[in-house]
Amino acid sequence: MTDALSKLLATRDWLMADGATGTNLFNMGLSSGDAPEFWNETETDKIRTLYRGAVESGSDIFLTNSFGANASRLKLHDAQHRAHELSRLSAEIAREIADASGRDIVVAGSVGPTGDIMEPVGSLSHAEAVEMFHETAEGLKAGGADVLWVETISAPEEFRAAAEAFKLAGMPWCGTMSFDTAGRTMMGVTSADMVGIVDGIENAPLAFGANCGTGAADILRTVLGFSAQGTDMPIIAKGNAGIPKYKDGHIHYDGTPELMADYAVMARNCGARIIGGCCGTMPEHLRAMREALETRDKGPAPTLDQIVAALGPFSSETDGTGDDTAPKRERRGRRRG
Amino acid sequence: MSDEEDDIILSELDDDELVQQMFDDLYDGLKEEIEEGVNILLERGWQPYDILTKALVGGMTIVGKDFRDGILFVPEVLLAANAMKGGMAILKPLLAETGAPTIGKMVIGTVKGDIHDIGKNLVGMMMEGAGFEVVDLGINNPVENYLETAAAEKADIVGMSALLTTTMPYMKVVIDTMVEQGIRDDYIVLVGGAPLNEEFGKAIGADAYCRDAAVAVETAKDFVLRKHNRRAAG
Repeated sequence: MTDALSKLLATRDWLMADGATGTNLFNMGLSSGDAPEFWNETETDKIRTLYRGAVESGSDIFLTNSFGANASRLKLHDAQHRAHELSRLSAEIAREIADASGRDIVVAGSVGPTGDIMEPVGSLSHAEAVEMFHETAEGLKAGGADVLWVETISAPEEFRAAAEAFKLAGMPWCGTMSFDTAGRTMMGVTSADMVGIVDGIENAPLAFGANCGTGAADILRTVLGFSAQGTDMPIIAKGNAGIPKYKDGHIHYDGTPELMADYAVMARNCGARIIGGCCGTMPEHLRAMREALETRDKGPAPTLDQIVAALGPFSSETDGTGDDTAPKRERRGRRRG
Repeated sequence: MSDEEDDIILSELDDDELVQQMFDDLYDGLKEEIEEGVNILLERGWQPYDILTKALVGGMTIVGKDFRDGILFVPEVLLAANAMKGGMAILKPLLAETGAPTIGKMVIGTVKGDIHDIGKNLVGMMMEGAGFEVVDLGINNPVENYLETAAAEKADIVGMSALLTTTMPYMKVVIDTMVEQGIRDDYIVLVGGAPLNEEFGKAIGADAYCRDAAVAVETAKDFVLRKHNRRAAG
């Protein structure tokens, strides 16, 4: 018994994932502070439109509207008891759209971070995190998701807790982290570190990689960092459509469809096999990406200079990998502990 | 991991060396060592206010700088802040007794609809690390929470955080309400959060946008100083 994503990966060199969930929903009228997951129940047609937007633009994989469907996040809306239900609904609608598409589409159950900091530096225990992720995972499974997809993670502890929860749910999974702070995650994880983290997980994911972060250029540097570790596991790149700008009272991402098409082809050249977008990536971006991936040939991996020339500057000089890492503070002497 | 021969005995260091060592220990997030260092300086007759500003704030300034420069990351900063807190717990009652001046007071919270509080917590901890008093409103705050608490606490600074593009406009609601009530100029208003930028801060009428926790501390210090100078001049 093989899962739908493994089957597709076995027959295709690259797959296209979807784009933004939040940006699309805001354009459909989601308002300030509302939980998007409630729409799985109250605005199902809009969620169908969101999913169809990805499928009709050529995505082979799309993520469910369940990013914040965990007890910790839903608590703000006094809906902490609904994580399973809202996750299930998100996957049921997705299943319906995928099955009606007439081609092989993978429904990936989105699992976002809890928003809490885990022990030892924070207060969320491993057991609590596993329990929350497990609840979401079971809901997505019940709704018919093909794989689970944890994303935008910054802490290794949280990534491992999600993996453990997915094992409890008996589901295949993928996982991506957000490298948004000087080329690392907020918690300081480098691209090279993440390969090590993934290698150390007992129930290995089907694919791993990066999503969100800063601009399209940064995420390609991260993908090159993954590839440099010599991993055999498929790499995922889901970058933002440029940088958010505040314009006339609303937020706009400055990446054009043409830029995202270049990004997609370069991501494949950097070694990514699953390529999609994140914040700001709309159906028109996805169509341009799909066309570029189908019509342009795979080439050699670009150099950092070529990435900058095509997509713009990096947000930081280095990303903490290789020999050029910034030196830590000189200590006066050795310390116990 | 430890090398006994190289172990440092804090009480054998002279004052300057001890302060330097406390900088290192803060950097490494060693809470017990910081508590020990604070107690040694107290025994040597240091004023609590001097220990705060010279040893603890001095050390946290280095942490803040390296955080800003992408050398340290959130986990290290949280550990350093935790060590700082250990030292502060000893100093706090003594500072109150001696009537030492406070650098300033900040009310901070994540705006209505937003549950993200990692950035806000970091700012709070770094502000405490810099010697400010911080009143943390937590997440999901309507305008009343900011204004009532700022008034009750006689705060100098109101800090707002948002991590969602959908919740950041709420900062403007808070500032507009302050303007309506004629209290806008009573406070320094600082805003921050991943989707924000300087343009946005200006557009909504904040005093400053702070890119990260280290910048927030520098900005807060700068504005409080200006506020005090104005008072002295006026």
